[in-house]
Amino acid sequence: MTLGGANPAISVRDLVVGFGDHTVLDRLSLDVRSGEILGVVGASGGGKSVFLRTMIGLVPKRSGQVVLLGTDLDRASDADLRGLERRWGVLFQHGALFSSLTVRQNVQFPMREYLGISQRLMDEVTLAKLEMVGLGPDDLDKFPSELSGGMTKRVALARALALDPEIVFLDEPTSGLDPISAGEFDELIRTLQTTLKLTVFMVTHDLDSLRTICDRIAVLSDGRIVTVGPLAAMYESDHPWVKSYFGGERASLHFSAAAATEV
Amino acid sequence: MTAGTLEIRRDGERIDLVAAGSWTASHAHALEGLVETAEKAGPGPRQVDLAGLGEMDTFGAWLVQRLVRSGGGDGEASIVGVRESYRDLLSRVAATNRRTPRRRTSETGFGGWLRSIGRSVEGLGGELTTFVQMLGAVAVAIVRTLAHPRSFRLTSFVNQLDRVGLRAVPIILLVTVLIGGIIAQQGFFHFRKFGADDYVVDMVGILVLREIGVLIVAIMVAGRSGSSYTAELGSMKMREEIDALQTMGRDPVQVLILPRIAALVVALPILAFLGSMAALYGGLLVAWGYGGMDQLIYLARLREAVSLTHFDVGMIKAPFMALVIGIVACSEGMRVKGSAESLGLQTTVSVVKSIFLVIVLDGFFAIFFASIGM
Ligand SMILES: Nc1ncnc2c1ncn2[C@@H]1O[C@H](COP(=O)(O)OP(=O)(O)O)[C@@H](O)[C@H]1O
Ligand SMILES: [Mg+2]
Repeated sequence: MTLGGANPAISVRDLVVGFGDHTVLDRLSLDVRSGEILGVVGASGGGKSVFLRTMIGLVPKRSGQVVLLGTDLDRASDADLRGLERRWGVLFQHGALFSSLTVRQNVQFPMREYLGISQRLMDEVTLAKLEMVGLGPDDLDKFPSELSGGMTKRVALARALALDPEIVFLDEPTSGLDPISAGEFDELIRTLQTTLKLTVFMVTHDLDSLRTICDRIAVLSDGRIVTVGPLAAMYESDHPWVKSYFGGERASLHFSAAAATEV
Repeated sequence: MTAGTLEIRRDGERIDLVAAGSWTASHAHALEGLVETAEKAGPGPRQVDLAGLGEMDTFGAWLVQRLVRSGGGDGEASIVGVRESYRDLLSRVAATNRRTPRRRTSETGFGGWLRSIGRSVEGLGGELTTFVQMLGAVAVAIVRTLAHPRSFRLTSFVNQLDRVGLRAVPIILLVTVLIGGIIAQQGFFHFRKFGADDYVVDMVGILVLREIGVLIVAIMVAGRSGSSYTAELGSMKMREEIDALQTMGRDPVQVLILPRIAALVVALPILAFLGSMAALYGGLLVAWGYGGMDQLIYLARLREAVSLTHFDVGMIKAPFMALVIGIVACSEGMRVKGSAESLGLQTTVSVVKSIFLVIVLDGFFAIFFASIGM
């Protein structure tokens, strides 16, 4: 039950997912350790979003096993599943905020659903969470259409964290943000992860995120995880896609290291 | 997971608040009550003791923070016995809720009531301007298209014509046959008392050709095609497709709106014609089946009763009604804001407003035709 144990937070075995005769994930296996930030990279259209959506039950799988927080999703009863659902939060690729609700109502939506607490406490905790993701009291009554891209992602993150989940799934959290906002957002994920002891499963294309905040990186290619490990392990890999993806990165990493020593 | 507890101990002047168990979201409901009791514990310096605390999350951390601030004017309580791993969370939460949120002013009472009336009156002017603006924009687009006829979106026009014209034919025929039949049935039922059976045909003919035919068809088209115009343009607006068009140097009015309105203006008279004929046919069926009138007699009476003028009066109105429906539908579509709710709202507004305007327009036409003796 407690975090940081030896049991992985997420354990996926031989997962097969497809649409029609198009197999997207082909016997994919992966473990995510408790309390780590795992970054998943892979080609566009390679099935990263499908993988994420399969784990949270939005896409049906053909075969395989998904164990979240020690519960096998296939064996769990409906009541167990509902109990489990509040222990994870999801940040969708485009935020997926409810457009007819204000920021306050968006963040309170899951609280209303699951906790029988007073409006006052909900308001206070909502503001606390929004301030933790870098927004302020003035943003509470805005509608999603009045928010910038970065703010949308922050609100979506606050909503994903509304019930203090143990796992958060992030689908390309920094895509569409300028490098400075993206950097701040990475920083935010890292701080929240250490403060709240979260396990983070993050799909990303952002090499900076991979370098600065991910504990481990998993590479998804041809429907499988071809390499898992810290960034250094990526440079050692012989897989052609991994080589070309991190190949260019190596030079720039050396460059920035050299620049850092000069200063 | 033991439920969270809070004990209030008095140590002379000082109030000790001793928290234990798990302070997490699932226990927040019970804990909230305990915290409220502690907040009412009266004046005096406080100390929060967290040594016995099990788990804690943001909800728990905030409730602890409320204990810290519970002394009111006496300053904040000190915390003792914090486990190292929770220090970070507590200090982050302590920084929040310092500035109270400014609620958007809600309007209540007499002043608010007056203000809301004023705002709707002001809004009425706005509605009129949007309508006139769209009319002007369409006129400009027409002039531009006449200057460069090749810029007219013929494919789009034909496609729209198919959607609002051809595909509407079955439902319009069905409804107008029924309406014609109902009018005739009512006529026979009531006119028979005066032995005025023959005049039923006059009534059906004049009513259908002058008023009912075109009005029913216009209302159906407003509900069927006007609403879909609003929803289409509105969702394009939401996804910034209209902005994209504009940046590519295309005028959205010319590309999207003109073909749609043109299709309506062409389709509605045709539909009104078909609808009127169907209504007359419905009248014939009822006259024959219910009124016992021979079909040939019905046709002969009809030929005597109606003139081309009655037919013209109906047909002249049709394109104007189409124009009103098209302009209302398109301008409401362009007023959609970012949310799904606003899309629904504007679609409703579009249908209600265009039906209302069609009926008002029909009234003006009635006065106009009466005064020119048609
Ligand atoms: N609902 C769906 N129906 C059919 N095919 C889908 C569906 N969702 C995703 N796909 C296909 O699955 C593949 C992986 O998509 P996705 O997971 O979105 O890629 P990415 O790695 O860029 O997130 C793509 O080829 C996509 O066309
Ligand atoms: Mg994706």
